[in-house]
Formats: sequence, structure tokens, C-alpha cells
Amino acid sequence: MTDLQFLTWTRGPGLDIAVGIFLLGVLWRLIEIYTLGRKKDLAAPRHAAGASGLHTVFRRSLPPPGMLKRSPVSYIGGYIFHIGLAIIVFLGAPHILLIQNLVGLSWPSLPSQFIGLTAVVTMAAMVVMLADRINKPVKRFLSTFEDWFTWAVTFLPVLTGWMATQHLLLPYTQMLALHILSAEVLLVVLPFSKLFHGFTLFGSRWYNGRVNAHKGVPV
Amino acid sequence: MSASLEKGIHALKEVIDAPIASYFESCVHCGLCAEACLFHTETGDPKYTPIHKLEPLRRVYEQEYTLLGRLKKMVGLSKPVTDDELDQWQELVYDSCTLCGRCSLVCPVGNDIVYMVRKFREGMAVSGHVPDGIRSATKRTVELGGPMGLKWPAVANVLKHAEENTGLKIPVDQAGADYLVLLSSMEIVNYPEYIEALAKIFHKAGISFTLASDAYEATNAGIQIGSSDLAKVIVSRIVDAAEKLKVKNVLSPECGHAYMAIRWEGPNLVGRPFGFNVVHVLELLDELRQKGVLKMKDKIKDPLILHDPCQIVRRGGVLQAPEPLIQQVAENYIPIVDKQKLNWCCGGGGGASAIHTEEAEALRAQAFRIKKRQIEEAGVNTMVTFCANCRITIEEGFDHYEMNTKLLGLTELLAEHLED
Repeated sequence: MTDLQFLTWTRGPGLDIAVGIFLLGVLWRLIEIYTLGRKKDLAAPRHAAGASGLHTVFRRSLPPPGMLKRSPVSYIGGYIFHIGLAIIVFLGAPHILLIQNLVGLSWPSLPSQFIGLTAVVTMAAMVVMLADRINKPVKRFLSTFEDWFTWAVTFLPVLTGWMATQHLLLPYTQMLALHILSAEVLLVVLPFSKLFHGFTLFGSRWYNGRVNAHKGVPV
Repeated sequence: MSASLEKGIHALKEVIDAPIASYFESCVHCGLCAEACLFHTETGDPKYTPIHKLEPLRRVYEQEYTLLGRLKKMVGLSKPVTDDELDQWQELVYDSCTLCGRCSLVCPVGNDIVYMVRKFREGMAVSGHVPDGIRSATKRTVELGGPMGLKWPAVANVLKHAEENTGLKIPVDQAGADYLVLLSSMEIVNYPEYIEALAKIFHKAGISFTLASDAYEATNAGIQIGSSDLAKVIVSRIVDAAEKLKVKNVLSPECGHAYMAIRWEGPNLVGRPFGFNVVHVLELLDELRQKGVLKMKDKIKDPLILHDPCQIVRRGGVLQAPEPLIQQVAENYIPIVDKQKLNWCCGGGGGASAIHTEEAEALRAQAFRIKKRQIEEAGVNTMVTFCANCRITIEEGFDHYEMNTKLLGLTELLAEHLED
């Protein structure tokens, strides 16, 4: 297989397979989780301002009082790499083009130099987070193969995308094909790993907010 | 697999619902919950990370309710939950978890971890992995009426003393009263002044009340052990008495877990909404304060801080009453940094104070350092709280660290300074 054939495969059948598994996977997992249902709370509710599922969905995006000081790396590193990933995926010109090809929607992009810089900052934050996972006793203790694996699966598309645009190490065609392949691996892994938190965290925050709002506690 | 383990796993399967599934799927192992747990912050031991305390439950979820987990189980790639493992987890689920719920307040993906620990205990109880201390407290509550084995004649005797001391009548089994007053054994035995305080306040406010000779105990060890069946038996006594006496309200004592049991778990245990209101004593007192009935003749001068019991405030929703009440009676109330719903547990809730093994007691003493620090940082010699179980735990902590801090109960403090 030549570089071009490899690239063509990743852009054609490879992409179709990955997107297919991703979409079906997400749908399956959401059904698997949320059809388990829950019992109705029969206690008389207490109402309080700021207490609801929706409040908690938004409120949990900020560190609760005192927590930033206790774990600054988790919060600051976490913000940087999540926002960085979102900028790269949704505001990088080639990605918008891909989305346009898939679903027909498009929006303005950010300059490629800015995306390149964002990728560097994102990778730096991810490396710091990895170091923190190795160094902090609690994080190291909790970590399983999945934690290291999903870190790599998330890191590789950023690295290969950045290297392709910077023409580093490998010819552009080859690196681009590797970039697309790594993104496809990410799509396939996402629904079946902890990366699925990107979907379930809204449900989790909502449940927590809802259950406690019933007692009149904004959480 | 032993029969009890099989039952335990079955119980775990039963308690897993959509929230629990969503919570497990959302966890990214960030470890932030450890920073909210006093058993971790005071020991530094990573095994006390709240989400780790749920590992066996997580595996049951994965193996029974997810496609990949079921596949892994079929080909023998998953690690089954064993008796040995649950035995090991007993310390993590009981000794080092007070169901304080602080972890549920900080998880960035929104996991309600304490909700899961409470459910996990159902499986632990059924499979027999429960500390002896909580087991016997539950047994005493079911068989004798209260966790300390107290029977009605002893309670009646305490009431008689309270009548003598206050010169007020304390009605028993009186139908149609505004409030059915519940007590906790801890109060009856250790803090009978609470009963006198209530009698004085009710008399002053002109509210009718009664005690029930067949339902005086408000605490529910069934919930702490994690057995909904036993919890239902215990809570039903109160429901039956309240309905028989046709009272409008049931008054929960200060005790935090008692409030949780009757106010929030109660209707869910008996399977229907109550026909009466469940009111925490502080809610009633704050209502009286707002009506201007709770007037003080003088105030306590000592600088003091408040310890907000977890099950009443963070987990119970009585958020607004405590501060105005303490300000009503204290001249130098000092608000601490982590107060109200963010307060740190005393270390003895969720049944933990009933576990008297050497290890559990040592762990509790270590966890208490966080309260010690709060007191020292505020530079006070007095702390006020409103939960009999917190009081016992805190007093043990004071003894352990030889502190000469004074501990006061809020209701009694109010009664003591009440206008004549």
C-alpha cells in the first residue's frame, strides 16, 4: 500500500467504519445506561433557589470553594486541555471542512497558526496532567491500563495533526494518514471507555443536582 | 459462591439504576473526591479515595449491565467479586465512610458518590460484611426499640425528671397534638436537657406536642447498616404512631441520621408519601424565631463556631436555619471557612461511631484532626452543634487530643437563654 492509498483508505472506508462504530456505540451506550431508570422519590420535596439538575450541570464546570487550591493542576490543566481540544476540533479549518462534508454544516475557522499554537499548549497541558497522574499518590493509585491508554489515544491525534502541519518527521501524506487513523481510533474507543464521560457527565451532573434539589440543597 | 455472597451480589444488581450507571461511566479517575474526604485528607492514604470505596459495585455494574462487560465475563476475562474482597471493603464502606456526602459536592463530572455508597451498603449488609458494632445496634433497634437497648420505662423515667426540673407537663400518647416529638437514644441517655429545652420552648410558643410510648426512637440503624428491610420496620413504627395519634407534624430531633431516616428515606422505605409533615427541630425553632416567639433574655458571650452536622445541612437541606439561630443567642459567633453545606464531618456519622474496634477508633481520632484544626484556626474555646451523634464523636475527639474546648447543643443553648 502506498502512502496515497493509505491516506485514501483512512479518508474513505476507514472514516466510515470509525464514524459508524462511534455513532452506534454512543447510541448503544446511552440506551444501556439511561434505560436502567430510577425510582421516584416519594418524600415531600423542599424547594430552594439555585437547586436543580440544570443548575448543577453548569455549576460543576467551576471548582467548588476551596478545591482549586487543593488541586490546582487538575483544574487548570484540565481546563486548558479540554478547551484546547475543543478549539482544535471545532475551529480548525480542515476539521470544519470534514464536518461540512459529513453533515453539511460549517462555520468560520481560526487561523492555522493559532490552531498550531493551541495544539502545543494542549499537548503541554496533557503532559503535565500525565506527570500529575504519575506523581500524585491518589491518581496513581486509581489509574488502570484504561487511564494510560485513553491518554495516549487522545494525545496522538493532536500530536500527529500538529506534526503533519509542521512537516515534521514523516512526509506530509504519511503523517496526515496517521493523524486521520489516530482520530479514527479515538472515535472507536470513545464510547467504550472513560472518554464516554464527554456524554454522560451531563446526565451525571443532572441526576446529582436533581436528587439533591429534591432536598433543597444546591450542589 | 456462598449463598450469602450470591444474595449480596443480587442486592447490588438490584440497587444499580441509571444514576449509578451514569456515575460510573463518567468517572475519569481524577481523584478530586479524595480531597473532599476527611479520611483521605487526614491520613493521606489513597485507599480512602471515595470512588475507590465503590470498586466492587462498579465491577458488578460493568459485568452485569454493559455489553463489553458481559462479553468479558463470558470469556472469563473479568474478575468476579468475592467474599474476601467484600471483607476487605468493609473498612472502606463503613469505618472510613460516614455518608457525609462531601465528595458528592466536588466531583467535577457530577457523581453523587455518597448515593452510591449508601446503595453499596445494601449488598454489604445482605452478604454479611458489616461491622459488629453497627450490626448489634441494628439488632437492638429492631428487637428492643433503640440502638442503645433503651426501653420505654427508662424513657418515661427521663421524662418524669424533665417534668420535675421544668415544672411543665410532658404529654404522652396524646392524640391530635401539633407535634409528635421523636428522640434519639443518645439524647435520652446523654443529653436529657434537650427534652427539657423542648418542653420550655413548646410551652412558651403555645404549641401542643406529645411523645408516643411505642415510637420514641428516631434513629434508624437499618439505614446505616444498609438494610432497607430493617430500616422499613424501624421507620414504620413512627409512621404508625403518627397516623394513630393523628398529629400534623413529626418533629425530628437534632440527630442528623435520624432526620435523614424519617424525612428523606422514610416515605421511600414505606413506599408512599406521608400524610404528615416531618420537621427538623431547627426548622421549627427558626420559624418561631421569625415569628418573634423565640426571644432571648441574654446572649452567650464566648466566641464560638458552629459545626453543621452533615445529614441535617449538606444532606438534609436545613441550610438556612442554623446561622440565624446561633446569631440569636451568641454575641460572638465566628463563621468558619468551610461552613454550612461545605462543612467537614465530625468523623462519626453513618454508623461509624458505633464501630468500636481499635483500628476504627484510631482512624476516627485521626480524622478528627480536621475539626481540631477548624477550632484552632478560629481561635475559639467553644463549639456549638445540633446532632447528638456528632456531640459524642466530638467529645471523644476532645478527650483524645486533651482539648479543653466546650461543646454545646444549639437547642439547649437557646432554651437556656430563652426569655422567661
